[in-house]
Amino acid sequence: MVRIIASLVGAAFVFVLGLALFGTVSEWVSNPPVESAEHEFHHHPLDAGLSSAGFFGKFDRRQVQRGFQVYQEVCSACHSLKYVSFRDLTQLGYNDAEVKAIAKGWKIEQPTINPDTGEASTRPNVPSDRFPSPFANDIAARAANNNALPPDLSLMAKARHDGANYIYSLVGHGYVAQPAELIRKFPASKTPTGLHYNQYFANLNIAMPPPLTQDGQVTYADGTRASVDQMAKDVSAFLTWTAEPRLEARHAAGFGAVVFLIIFCFLAWGAYQNVWRDLKH
Amino acid sequence: MSFPWAKHYQPKQPLMRWLDEKLPLPRLVYNAVGAGYPVPRNLNYFWNFGVLAGAALGIQIITGIVLAMHYAANAGVAFGSIESIMRDVNAGWFLRYAHANGASMFLLVVYIHIGRGLYYGSYKAPREMVWLLGVVIFLLMMATAFMGYVLPWGQMSFWGAQVITGFFSAIPLVGDTIRVWLLGGFAPDNAALNRFFSLHYLLPFVIAGVIVLHIWALHIPGSNNPTGVEVKGEQDTVPFHPYYTAKDAVGLGVFMLVFALLLFFSPNLLGHPDNYIEANPLSTPAHIVPEWYFLPFYAILKSFTANFILDAKLWGVLAMFGSILLLFFLPWLDSSPVRSANFRPLYRKFLGVLLLDVLVLGYVGGAEPSPGVILLGQIASIYYFAHFLIILPIVARSERPRPLPNSITEAVLEKHAGLGPTKSAMAN
Repeated sequence: MVRIIASLVGAAFVFVLGLALFGTVSEWVSNPPVESAEHEFHHHPLDAGLSSAGFFGKFDRRQVQRGFQVYQEVCSACHSLKYVSFRDLTQLGYNDAEVKAIAKGWKIEQPTINPDTGEASTRPNVPSDRFPSPFANDIAARAANNNALPPDLSLMAKARHDGANYIYSLVGHGYVAQPAELIRKFPASKTPTGLHYNQYFANLNIAMPPPLTQDGQVTYADGTRASVDQMAKDVSAFLTWTAEPRLEARHAAGFGAVVFLIIFCFLAWGAYQNVWRDLKH
Repeated sequence: MSFPWAKHYQPKQPLMRWLDEKLPLPRLVYNAVGAGYPVPRNLNYFWNFGVLAGAALGIQIITGIVLAMHYAANAGVAFGSIESIMRDVNAGWFLRYAHANGASMFLLVVYIHIGRGLYYGSYKAPREMVWLLGVVIFLLMMATAFMGYVLPWGQMSFWGAQVITGFFSAIPLVGDTIRVWLLGGFAPDNAALNRFFSLHYLLPFVIAGVIVLHIWALHIPGSNNPTGVEVKGEQDTVPFHPYYTAKDAVGLGVFMLVFALLLFFSPNLLGHPDNYIEANPLSTPAHIVPEWYFLPFYAILKSFTANFILDAKLWGVLAMFGSILLLFFLPWLDSSPVRSANFRPLYRKFLGVLLLDVLVLGYVGGAEPSPGVILLGQIASIYYFAHFLIILPIVARSERPRPLPNSITEAVLEKHAGLGPTKSAMAN
């Protein structure tokens, strides 16, 4: 009885799937899918070659500090970093006094309430503060940016596929002239005014104007030549750190855990052989 | 329970004797997973995966309880609380990555455990109840994993919840009402997040309870084995401890090693980048996909694109749930008295195709939809249902199994004899 009902249920599912399959095939034949501009002209990210990549990856502190400088002087005009605190900068090799100075000198102040009048006010940042947002709220951010919302950057390196390389490619090498071939093949996909063609952006047209426009835009404190490529790499390194500040602790703990477990496996294997030595199995 | 030659618990220490009189808990453990449980001597490494699943549940419960101390189930702050766990809680990154990847490891070992059961016929009489309880555990795990994935309140959490609770709206007439009632709102929001958290905390303990029943039901007929032949006498078995505790320790070591590599060196490999973007009801991700362990079922859901009497969506939902619920009937669909696929040449081939089929469905579930992918998913879905509901009952009747060994011991000795006369003679 169970088998009869089962075969009927099975036949029903197979029949309906067969109908669906027929529909898929006839749709495919009568209405073949068209290529899209995104599909054809989107590029996979270039390799930023960061030292944090790979099994034994560690942050290059000087590079991350340079990336922080790029964030501070360029990105922070529009992008917040709301999950990162000034105190976290000590992990990059800044000492307490330097962090205090960075917090205090930060251009955007921390929103607060005037203790005397109760009115909205601001005060200088202290190390325990999170990085303040450049805009009071999302509406203000959109109003200032042609109705586009600059995303928070704290997690950007994890919030995109191949995030570190994506950031590097997008800001360092993504802004090129829209290929003539694209406009010829997909006239409807011409970049609208107010947007910018970027070959690493998912739909090819990004609202963000090119942030890194010329070599030497930032004067690095450590004297490194600030080419666009270098700045893009450095800011990618910085955002890798903001997204995964515990990366080095994780790699170190992982190394210990793997060594421990390999030894454990050998010991367990030996014990197993010993227990079973007299028994065929 | 189990076999008459099972060893009896005989405490020597006065304290243990005293305890045994008042509360025979050590006796229970001894009989369940100690020397008092006789197990076939020929189990291979596939029999490690039950213990591994238990270990994975333990890891999930321990890491989960500690995470719950730091997590805030509120739509306004949930995403931020995860970030503070990752950044500010001592070893918080470890707890969270262990829990997120632990879920994947748990599902992985359970899939292998289920596959083992399918291959060696562990679902057949007299172990039907073990199998039925196993399917219940699997369903509970899926519910728990789904609700756990919602808790970080990222984009995939939110939109996954939107899609999965949307299944209920496929029910005719009352579907939308049921969905709103389950969610506590018209879309996933604070009410839904709170109840998901509550249930996500509850269900693992329900799973633990059903596991107790699963093991209890297993101990009545005893474990199956690679030959599928029942235990005939004492020479066929060894005590669980120390024989299989030693073997399970090896399996556990390898499991932990794989887990550690994933957790420490590629913790976001199996997650989706969109879940590092906070949930935003106004912005739909380009491509909503569930976690990897749901992909085959998601592919079945998406394969139903034609209306026939019922709506295509309802067909998809019925088929998706049906694809798991049909496992409940497996012991009666497969009427072959032979358990192990080693002796069922035809069934073995179809099972191989099924494995490939499920992998294809997994690929389709995660791929960007295109006509080719949809077509592939539809073909693979047809095979999935045909395999269990049509092919399997026919194969069970028509195939001619290979001759079975007379006993487990005979099979073991034959295998060793086959290795070459010298070695076998030396072992004798």
